Amino acid sequence: MKTITTRVEFLAHALAIEEEAAERYAVFADQMQVTNNPEVATLFREMARLEDEHARRIEEMSGDKPLPRIDPWAFDFGDAEPPEAVDYTATHYLMTPYQALGLVLNAEQRAAEFFQRIADGDGEADMRRLAAEFADEEREHVERVRRWRGKYPPPEPHWDEDPDPPNELE
Amino acid sequence: MEQLSTRQAALKPKDYKSDNKPVWCPGCGDFSVLSAFTKAMSAMTLDPERVAVISGIGCSSRIPAYLNVYGFHAVHGRALPVAIGLKITRPDLTVLVAGGDGDGFSIGGNHFLQACRRNVDITYVVMDNQVYGMTKGQASPTTAPDWMRSKLTPHGTRINPFYPLVIALASGANFIARASSNDPNGTARVIAEAVEHPGFSFVQVLSPCVTFRPEQRDWKKIVRPAPVAPTADPAVAARRLMTDDNFFIGTLFKGGRAPFESGFAPRAEVAGELERSFGLTA
Amino acid sequence: MTAGGILLEVAAQAGYHGIMTRSSGPQIRGGEAAAMLRISTFPVESHADVFDILVGVDWLNAERFRAEIPLGPDSLVVGDLDGRPPAEYLATGARLLALPLSRLAREREGGRENMVALGAISALAALPRGLFEGVLNALLGRKGSEAVVSGMACIEAGAQCVAGESGTFALAPPAPTRGAIWNISGNEAAGLGAIRGGVRFVAAYPITPATELLEWMAPALEQVGGVLVQAEDELASVNQLIGASFGGTPSLTATSGPGLALMTESIGLAVASETPVVVVDVMRGGPSTGIPTKSEQGDLNIALYGLHGDAPHLVLAPLSVADCLFTTQWAVHLAEKLQTAAIVLSDQSLGQTRALIERPAEVAFVSGRSIQRTPVAGYQRYALGGDGVSPMALPGTPGCQYTADGLEHAPSGTPSSRAEDHRRQLDKRRDKLTGHDYGDHWALIEGDGDVVVLTWGSSLAPVREARRSLAGRGIDVRIVAPRLLMPVQPARMREALSGASRVLVVEQSHGAQFLHYLQAFYPRERGYESLAQPGPLPIRPEQVVERFNPRGSR
Ligand SMILES: Cc1ncc(C[n+]2csc(CCOP(=O)(O)OP(=O)(O)O)c2C)c(N)n1
Ligand code: SF4
Repeated sequence: MKTITTRVEFLAHALAIEEEAAERYAVFADQMQVTNNPEVATLFREMARLEDEHARRIEEMSGDKPLPRIDPWAFDFGDAEPPEAVDYTATHYLMTPYQALGLVLNAEQRAAEFFQRIADGDGEADMRRLAAEFADEEREHVERVRRWRGKYPPPEPHWDEDPDPPNELE
Repeated sequence: MEQLSTRQAALKPKDYKSDNKPVWCPGCGDFSVLSAFTKAMSAMTLDPERVAVISGIGCSSRIPAYLNVYGFHAVHGRALPVAIGLKITRPDLTVLVAGGDGDGFSIGGNHFLQACRRNVDITYVVMDNQVYGMTKGQASPTTAPDWMRSKLTPHGTRINPFYPLVIALASGANFIARASSNDPNGTARVIAEAVEHPGFSFVQVLSPCVTFRPEQRDWKKIVRPAPVAPTADPAVAARRLMTDDNFFIGTLFKGGRAPFESGFAPRAEVAGELERSFGLTA
Repeated sequence: MTAGGILLEVAAQAGYHGIMTRSSGPQIRGGEAAAMLRISTFPVESHADVFDILVGVDWLNAERFRAEIPLGPDSLVVGDLDGRPPAEYLATGARLLALPLSRLAREREGGRENMVALGAISALAALPRGLFEGVLNALLGRKGSEAVVSGMACIEAGAQCVAGESGTFALAPPAPTRGAIWNISGNEAAGLGAIRGGVRFVAAYPITPATELLEWMAPALEQVGGVLVQAEDELASVNQLIGASFGGTPSLTATSGPGLALMTESIGLAVASETPVVVVDVMRGGPSTGIPTKSEQGDLNIALYGLHGDAPHLVLAPLSVADCLFTTQWAVHLAEKLQTAAIVLSDQSLGQTRALIERPAEVAFVSGRSIQRTPVAGYQRYALGGDGVSPMALPGTPGCQYTADGLEHAPSGTPSSRAEDHRRQLDKRRDKLTGHDYGDHWALIEGDGDVVVLTWGSSLAPVREARRSLAGRGIDVRIVAPRLLMPVQPARMREALSGASRVLVVEQSHGAQFLHYLQAFYPRERGYESLAQPGPLPIRPEQVVERFNPRGSR
């Protein structure tokens, strides 16, 4: 994060984070739709919408000035993956809303921490203020997702057991 | 920050996706590889219509239809020759090949060797999950000999596994790398590098099959970047592979062989020219 | 072999027609070999029932060729004074003419027995000797070179020593005027047809007897900016074609039975993905490695039925050496136009026979592959409707990206296992072939007698020969030889066979594959008679004649 020092750099990173999150939730929503898990599909679809909204807001903040285009691997997230992205191997076709929201919760938490680190860092003051606002917002999401998850029961012990074997297609 | 490029974003990664929804199991590493393809293409600002992705058969080989580029979903094991025929006659296109370890190293194994040798300027991405996903979990060439979870080989294969990077190097591939699906951005970078490197580029992506090899979810804890820069010296690359545990990630080898040149430039037949050899000698 | 080539070329320059086939022993180098020529005042495509002259330059193991070289009481066996022609040849009643071939060669510097023998043949057949010099010059190098001088001296000596027999087998003077003459093999003709048809990419794996087609094409393709790739195997060859064709380049491969067997899975892919490809199968004796150097029409079944699933495709067969050009060119045109796979069934006897033919007229087929050149909203690669041929977008065309698929698919190309999609795409792939008008090219029909011979491919040549001979005995035979074997043309066949009292099916296959095909697709109330014989021996005209005019009758 040493290299995120200006407002445009920060916005470019924030945009990438939100876009990746939106994209991934959209993929997960499709996965659940394809594997007939409509409840979790709807949930991921909603998350994709929220993250996308967030991304559009960031774009607006950047005004007319286009953000620098950074190759996906050249971002400085302090990790290979952007903080708010849920690992591709984390989903399961039988997963319950409780589990799905658990993944979301962790992601929001990682995002909040990421933004907070920048707010606490030594970049431009203007940028740090913005990062602090983002961190607050993510913490708010964390709480909201926690409440949301509270509406669902935790999974049964053998939630991933399937009496049917996988299909052979080709 | 390594590069702060100001290239205008023509297309975002998701613009390289088609409207088809993957049939893969949620959690499959191939989702990440799909994302890496789109990121690499977006980063290289490729025109989707100038890209062709060719595949064989298997879960991983379903990838072309999920992309908004030209694709060919061919038969099991034969993606490389399809791609080679295309690239030789359409050098203007960016041609990638995608598939699984069974498709590429078993039924298509000889094409892999010959493609490395021929060094046509294409990029081959193998999603290696050490299993045949599509046919319900049989051992593949890269499966460990003592893996006993397949009904067809209940005592393990008890035969030596295939080391794709070693084979690629020995056969003459001009670019050799390993990536991991738990890092789609890193995978995208390697794919972009592979595409930009002339000649035949080979990328092995460790891509878990969560259905038949659920333990592969733990690969993300084992994989790590190789602590060395790519080499152009095959001997150095070979030495490194001697101590490779199959979980080092990164570009191993960037060779300097000139890619295969065919001189393809079709023209209409000049009437009579070819007939001369049939005329009588007098 | 060299002497045979010289003789054929001289005959051509003298204005005659002719063919040359060859046969050899099992050795890779050296060993016995026979060059078999027929020289004639009219166009010929096969050997006659007997040879007039058999010249033995060396009789070692020559009995191997006995079955391929039938002789009769009027035949002449020419050999060296010291040689011993195998008894089998003389047992035919043929007369022996012993000449000092070897002494005459020894007496001339650099002299060779085969040249002395050539001289003897030229005198027996009354061929103009002056022509040999030009041919030797072209073949052996510069004018006046030692080889040419000694060659001519030997030819002269050979001619002198049969002076007493001169003209025994004299040919009638050739027909006075005719167009340009080509000296060409079926393999070369097929290669030229491919290039004329627009083929610019060939990927192939060497195999007897198709290799020469590839050897001709490699440099020829270079002349038109095309490429021949020697692939690692036939699986790679056919798939490279599919890739090149997907990119828009008409593509072809040549192989023989074993290679065709390896290719069949991907020929099915070409059919399902509607990617034009052409596979020329120069058939040899089968099954398995079989008899690689000899001809047989045994791949008909695999060509017709070898693909898995319901996979309608084109199967064509050239009818003569010269026709290898037309049929291959036509096959390329049809594959491109109908976006499917075409298998061309040539064979060793067509492919490796050298024939003197009149320069074939150039044909140009109008319209090639239907291509989607401009962006279109909601492009569907496998769109239904019309004649079943849907415009193909080539990579590079913006807005038309699609994935070609061998999985059954919806019109968009997206995989689909729905009954409806399967049925519609099956219909599409069938109807585009059956609905096409193939015109008169579908078959060769000669004569209108009410006895009919139905044959195909290289078996046509002896049948035609038989027809000539039967005509001389007052029997008018009608020949029907389809060039297009798939899709079948029931209405046209019905018309071609109308009024037939007998239909004899002639083919070079042990299992009577052609007969069974006819029975399945062209059933005939009065049935078919069959003359089916396996390779390696060619069908002799006399075998056909026998069926209509048995010895002893009349
Ligand atoms: C000629 C042929 N043989 C067998 C099959 C069945 N088959 C389909 S996919 C596959 C293996 C796929 O394994 P891999 O290439 O590792 O891909 P994955 O599914 O693991 O991604 C097999 C054997 C086939 N389609 N074609
Ligand atoms: S079976 Fe394995 S490889 Fe295939 S989609 Fe499922 S997880 Fe992926």
